[in-house]
Amino acid sequence: MRIERIFADKNKKRKIRVDPLNLCHPRSNHAQSKRELIMTNNNYAIEARGLNIYYDDFLAVRDVNLKIEARKITAIIGPSGCGKSTMLRAFNRMNELVPSAWAKGEVLYHGENIYAPDVDPVEVRRRIGMVFQKPNPFPKSIYENVAWGARINGYRGNMDELVEQSLRGAAIWDEVKDKLDQSGLSLSGGQQQRLCIARTIAIKPDIILMDEPASALDPIATLKIEELMHELSKEFTIIVVTHNMQQAARVSDFTAFFNLGEDRAGVLEEYDKTNKLFTNPAKQTTEDYITGRFG
Amino acid sequence: MSEFKANLDIRHRAGHIWRNIFRASTVFGILALIVLLLNIANSAFGYVAIENDINPADLAINSIPIEQLHQVDLVWILEQNVSAGLFRRLESEMPWEERAREEIYDLVVERVVNPQVVHTWPLGGSLFHRAEIQAEVAAKFPGATLEFRSWLTGDFLTTPQSPEADRAGVRTAILGSGWTIAITILFAFPLGVGAAIYLEEYASDNRLNRVIQTNINNLAGVPSIIYGMLGLAIFVRALEPFTSGAIFGAVDDTATASGRTIISAGMTLGLLILPLIIINAQEAIKAVSNSLRQASYGMGATRWQTVWHHVLPNAISGILTGTILAISRAIGETAPLVVVGASTFITFDPEGPFSKFTTLPIQIYQWTARPQAEFRNIAAAAILVLLAMLLSMNAAAVVLRNRYNRKI
Amino acid sequence: MTQQIEIPSPSTTTIEAGYNRTNDLRKRRRLGETVIQTLLFLAGGISILTTVGIVYELSKESVHFLSQVSLIEFFTHAKWNPQLGNFGILPLLNATLMTSTTAMLVALPMGLSIAIYLSEYATPKASSILKPILEVLAGIPTVVYGYFALTFMTPLLRSVLGKDVVEIYNTASAGIVIGILIIPMVSSMSEDALSAVPRALREASYGLGATKLETAIKVVLPAAISGIVAAFIVAISRAIGETMIVAIAAGAGPNLTFNPFLPAETMTGHIVRISGGDLSYNSIDYNSIFAIGLFLFFITLSLNIISQRVVRRFREVYE
Ligand SMILES: Nc1ncnc2c1ncn2[C@@H]1O[C@H](COP(=O)(O)OP(=O)(O)O)[C@@H](O)[C@H]1O
Ligand SMILES: [Mg+2]
Repeated sequence: MRIERIFADKNKKRKIRVDPLNLCHPRSNHAQSKRELIMTNNNYAIEARGLNIYYDDFLAVRDVNLKIEARKITAIIGPSGCGKSTMLRAFNRMNELVPSAWAKGEVLYHGENIYAPDVDPVEVRRRIGMVFQKPNPFPKSIYENVAWGARINGYRGNMDELVEQSLRGAAIWDEVKDKLDQSGLSLSGGQQQRLCIARTIAIKPDIILMDEPASALDPIATLKIEELMHELSKEFTIIVVTHNMQQAARVSDFTAFFNLGEDRAGVLEEYDKTNKLFTNPAKQTTEDYITGRFG
Repeated sequence: MSEFKANLDIRHRAGHIWRNIFRASTVFGILALIVLLLNIANSAFGYVAIENDINPADLAINSIPIEQLHQVDLVWILEQNVSAGLFRRLESEMPWEERAREEIYDLVVERVVNPQVVHTWPLGGSLFHRAEIQAEVAAKFPGATLEFRSWLTGDFLTTPQSPEADRAGVRTAILGSGWTIAITILFAFPLGVGAAIYLEEYASDNRLNRVIQTNINNLAGVPSIIYGMLGLAIFVRALEPFTSGAIFGAVDDTATASGRTIISAGMTLGLLILPLIIINAQEAIKAVSNSLRQASYGMGATRWQTVWHHVLPNAISGILTGTILAISRAIGETAPLVVVGASTFITFDPEGPFSKFTTLPIQIYQWTARPQAEFRNIAAAAILVLLAMLLSMNAAAVVLRNRYNRKI
Repeated sequence: MTQQIEIPSPSTTTIEAGYNRTNDLRKRRRLGETVIQTLLFLAGGISILTTVGIVYELSKESVHFLSQVSLIEFFTHAKWNPQLGNFGILPLLNATLMTSTTAMLVALPMGLSIAIYLSEYATPKASSILKPILEVLAGIPTVVYGYFALTFMTPLLRSVLGKDVVEIYNTASAGIVIGILIIPMVSSMSEDALSAVPRALREASYGLGATKLETAIKVVLPAAISGIVAAFIVAISRAIGETMIVAIAAGAGPNLTFNPFLPAETMTGHIVRISGGDLSYNSIDYNSIFAIGLFLFFITLSLNIISQRVVRRFREVYE
């Protein structure tokens, strides 16, 4: 098992590197990422390299190296407050909306660092869409909810067609096709969340980030979202934060387990195929977490 | 034990007394409002004693009262009773044949009968001491007739200013207020909302922006008269070619051009209410849910797209409510406009931003400052007009606020 | 699986035809965005310009003024009489202090009592009716209060105290009416401060057997004291800057007197009277009102800044 060996390697390395300054040494990151290339095929959607995220001087996420596979579902799990949301939002520079947040390190998308000074966060977010924990449709009509993002992104095709496709793609078309001019807020929570997914896929992103997309929903609505994610992963790369281990195990192909480090900074403890991580974790903390011993 | 009981009694009695004091203060506040309003009503309505130069009954021709006389007869009465010079002047302004009968009748009343208010009584006295008033009129003003008058009439709203109280109206002042406020809104609303958007949606938490914010909060506490002095120095004086309209060719005679115009007044009031509009608009923008902004940015919207499509539509009723409240403050402002140089006496309607002006509060101030009682009466009537304007604005604000609350 | 969700395979080609998108993440030149951001920044900057304008213009004219009148004379001479070349601000300042003191004697006890009543005694329903009424009082233009002072308060004082004691124009009447004007301001700011005191503190006091009054006066009031002090300071600043009431009711002509029933012109009243006349630029009259204005500006600004400091300290205690 090559994957195992690499992770063992990585763990060893972590133990050695006690000097915090050394943690984000660019050369060591580079060396490490080179080795990780062996992990699977070469088809990555996005990759974090030596990523540290701060709120003012509070380090929220420490030195993350993570490669997300294209057209797969990657789950991010971990105890509350370990920086899952922070990590997720780093993938499309949404953290910048928090004035105190800043990042060090790289996030590579198509080989390009999205944190490079000449990169426009607006362009990043047009390619890397986001679905939030609490459904947040715009207080506009259902149709407008879907059409708006496409319009501001310069969509020039047939808008009715796009709206229908997107709503179908989010498995909500049948429920709303007769009331497209009603407010998005008139829908139930689960429908609202699928509407939010519909408007996200309407702008045709590469990657969809989802931050606990089902945590505010009832079990049936949750199931629908999970099935939807599965379908969407045929076309999109999906990164989903969840605090629900069953959900991670059910829907994801890969799982990244984050944990709270010594100084309350989140660290990537273990990253592996979901099957492997849940049945045979490499680390004791991972096992403790997924078996419910803490978190 | 009984000592304790007595002590408790004292404590409770003190509580009782103070509770009543607190309540009485509240009642006092409300009472002050009521007295203030009653005091105005007291002067706006009431009996007046009117003396005529010539009793209208004496002008009757063949016992036909002047109300029913023919136009030609009215002209004849005029000719008999006014000076030849005035008669010619009136005729040269407009020939008699071209004038309507009503107009000539009004001229007869004004120039010949010439009714004058010789004494006025407040509403309270008029209602409760009628007999005494009638006795007083009989004793002191034997030739006078007693008449109950509302100083606030339709004519009062539509006639221009006049040096005589019973002919004066607030038309000029209302139009002046309207023009001034229009300029104020055009100037302060976009600037105020723009500044609020900048501070809430664009500004990072750096020193400059903190200075701007603190500065706005401080400006809100600067006395209004200081804004008047700023307006005098900047708009009236330094920007005179602009505010007098000279560089736009709006004045015929550049030598007499003056910056004491509606546009100066409007912009002065604009600066005055700018901090209020900004602070209110900031509150409204802050109230817009952050999840909406996140949703918008998350879809690749730019900042302005987010602001324009999501933040503003959801904040607009709050912004408008705050703006209306700020504008009603501007409508009632007097001191800065006195300093900027409202005209003390103009009878012509303002024609545009470069006209000289007076406003309703200025008019109230000038009439109040006159010692004659009739001017107090028309000042009270003008106050009623002003309060009605403010009341309707506040009603609009309440309606907006309710609609806003319902939506959330 | 309770329900089968039918998901058609999206036909990506038609959609992508609508987007003209490359993999280029570099910053676009969004001219509109830049222009708008600049305009918005300038709108925010106007407020700075206003302050700079006030300080600059007031100072400029004051410098002209002080080149003719020494600062010492300005602050110590007991007469303000431009015709005779006397420019001592004391009579004007004294009148301002008289009206403001009178106003505070009315507004502080009244405003605070109302605040205590509204926050500690009145039912929510009662205060939801009372507060808007007080707001109406605050929304009435000051010129109307001026009218009220002259046509109601002065005759009232004269009928109570005698016409030979109280002049037609006097500082007492103006001061009382300014007090009424600022009652709503004192009461609403104080009430905010009182309401911000945590419930737990009141409950603790009742738990120790305190009566409602003792709780209000000995527990809640001290806890809210800095908010109340801030309200008082802002109210003083407002009273000092108040113009129309004194212009109408306090009388014209500087008069150094401590008798509140005599006419005396305040700083603001003087500015209004002088600028209401035919004022020629560059005259010493013109310059002198700017000197008074500058002095007024600094007094009110300092008071406002102090009150903000006090409020900030108050917030620190409770958050
Ligand atoms: N806006 C913020 N400002 C400051 N600290 C924040 C902010 N958001 C999150 N944090 C901190 O960052 C850490 C990670 O938060 P988050 O990413 O929300 O965790 P999770 O999603 O795993 O629960 C927490 O300690 C949290 O307190
Ligand atoms: Mg989270």
